[in-house]
Amino acid sequence: MFSYLVRRVLYAVPILLGVILITFVLSFVVQSPEARARAVLGQRATPQAVATWLSNRGFDKPRFFNTQPGEAWHDSQFFHHVVKLATFDLGVSDVSGRDLKEVFKQGAVPSLLLTVPAFFVGLLMAVCLALYQVFVRDSLLDTAGVLIAVALMSIPSMVYIVFGQAVLALLFNYFPVFGFDMAGFGTLRFLLLPVALMALMGVGGDVRLYRAVFLEEIAQDYVRTAQAKGVPQARLLFVHVLKNGMISLITLVVAHLPHLVMGSLLVENFFGIPGLGNTLFLAIQQSDYATVFASVYLGSLLYIVGLILTDICYALADPRIRLS
Amino acid sequence: MNPLLELRNLAIDFATENGMVNAVRGVSLSIRPGEALAIVGESGSGKSVTGLALTRLLPEPPAVYRSGEILLHGRDVLRMSPRELREIRGRRIAYVFQEPSTSLNPVFTIRTQIAEAIRLHRPEVVDVDAEVVKYLDMVGIVDPARRMDDYPHQLSGGMQQRAMIAMALSCQPDLLVADEPTTALDVTIQAQIIAQLAELKQRLKMAIVLITHNFGIIGGIAENVAVMFRGRVVETGPTQEVLRNPQHPYTRALIDCIPRLGARRPRLSTIDHAALSAFESGQG
Repeated sequence: MFSYLVRRVLYAVPILLGVILITFVLSFVVQSPEARARAVLGQRATPQAVATWLSNRGFDKPRFFNTQPGEAWHDSQFFHHVVKLATFDLGVSDVSGRDLKEVFKQGAVPSLLLTVPAFFVGLLMAVCLALYQVFVRDSLLDTAGVLIAVALMSIPSMVYIVFGQAVLALLFNYFPVFGFDMAGFGTLRFLLLPVALMALMGVGGDVRLYRAVFLEEIAQDYVRTAQAKGVPQARLLFVHVLKNGMISLITLVVAHLPHLVMGSLLVENFFGIPGLGNTLFLAIQQSDYATVFASVYLGSLLYIVGLILTDICYALADPRIRLS
Repeated sequence: MNPLLELRNLAIDFATENGMVNAVRGVSLSIRPGEALAIVGESGSGKSVTGLALTRLLPEPPAVYRSGEILLHGRDVLRMSPRELREIRGRRIAYVFQEPSTSLNPVFTIRTQIAEAIRLHRPEVVDVDAEVVKYLDMVGIVDPARRMDDYPHQLSGGMQQRAMIAMALSCQPDLLVADEPTTALDVTIQAQIIAQLAELKQRLKMAIVLITHNFGIIGGIAENVAVMFRGRVVETGPTQEVLRNPQHPYTRALIDCIPRLGARRPRLSTIDHAALSAFESGQG
């Protein structure tokens, strides 16, 4: 198990290097460093100011390999970039000049406060509803459930947000429309509506997926064995079928993981939650390339962590799988 | 002696895309306590459907119980509430199925699965683990205290089937329905499992319904045999008598299919369905 994990972490290195290489090349395709310096410093910046900006960020060095005589071959933009990212030095924002590590640290908390409850509430709802649909399979209730699930997943997320804000917040005044406050229980006030909406947005698609997984399980031989033992339906579904279905669910669930930390662009933006989604949204709007590329790197890092976690969860859920 | 279980004119249909299929047509059978009945027939003859029907285990739909009664201790299973059905499943009538590797739940240990049955039906048992060990030991699993923490995939096919039998026995049923219990196993293991069932039947005074396509395995265990063909019981009687002097051509054909060591026969016989159909229609 341990040696397997070490190997998986080592496998992650080339993948991350690939991500870094691609985003590195892309960053020059999108905009040359000089143009970026001008965009940040303003059109009337002096050539000296531009040169200082470039050399502060190492843009005066050769791009990939340093072929200058007397200098080390790795004294180049790319290798400095890799070393910085490997030591979690994400650089500074092009716009605000703030250390990005701090920016992300600060944004992660509101993002997690939003996405983690939404994720768990959504997961719980989807699993319970899917199991219930399997319980009443082939009935009118099941068909109605499928229809509602399709409807829920067909409604664009914007509609959920606008409905929540216009009707529940503005018209009935149940919730604040916009804003955030890190003040203990006061935070809850701002989180309830966006969390509920986020959970609801995903539930339709998830119910359909999970229902398909559970329907496949209910046709298995072990289900008949359990019935022949006299196991009650509820226990059959929530113990026997759920544990077997977990193995398929894990892949579907872990796909959400990077999304958890990176937050939700739309929901955070509309509700004024200063999380990572909002940070990325603003960065894109303001052409803050440093922040955008750091976000991409962070996202892929989290995705790889998610994949490793999936394998560990597989081994925990299914005794037939051994990590080696 | 009063029968433990009596089927009276049982008929079961299946709704398919091509209309109703009569899977079981008017089956009447009777089993006394402690007695073993073999139901023999080819695939699709309705023998497994009959076995599952005994505790109403067939999924409905597509299955429809068209007519007849299943009397267990004189009470009609087909009129029982879902709750009453759950109480007799496992407790009065327990099952062993064909494919032990898929019939056991792959993600729970043998201990968990047997303990679940005991907790459901025998709440008075205090030391459940000891009871699990007792039944695993009874079916011939060596070192049961250690093996009970194995998952099904860690056991061989024969061991898995023994664990299935232990689970079925653990609720002390009056009747064990063994639905092709040896079909998925090696020939040597088949003989062991059948011998084990025969021994348990003697020791526990438990009735057995042995469902099989193989006339060759029933001799040592079943007092009576019912031969099923196309949803009907075409012949029934004491096993030795039927084996010695089969009345129905289908029974004869099935008995001819038993391979015998040293028999001078160039090839195994097959069943001539066209001729049987003619026989059937001539009868009806």
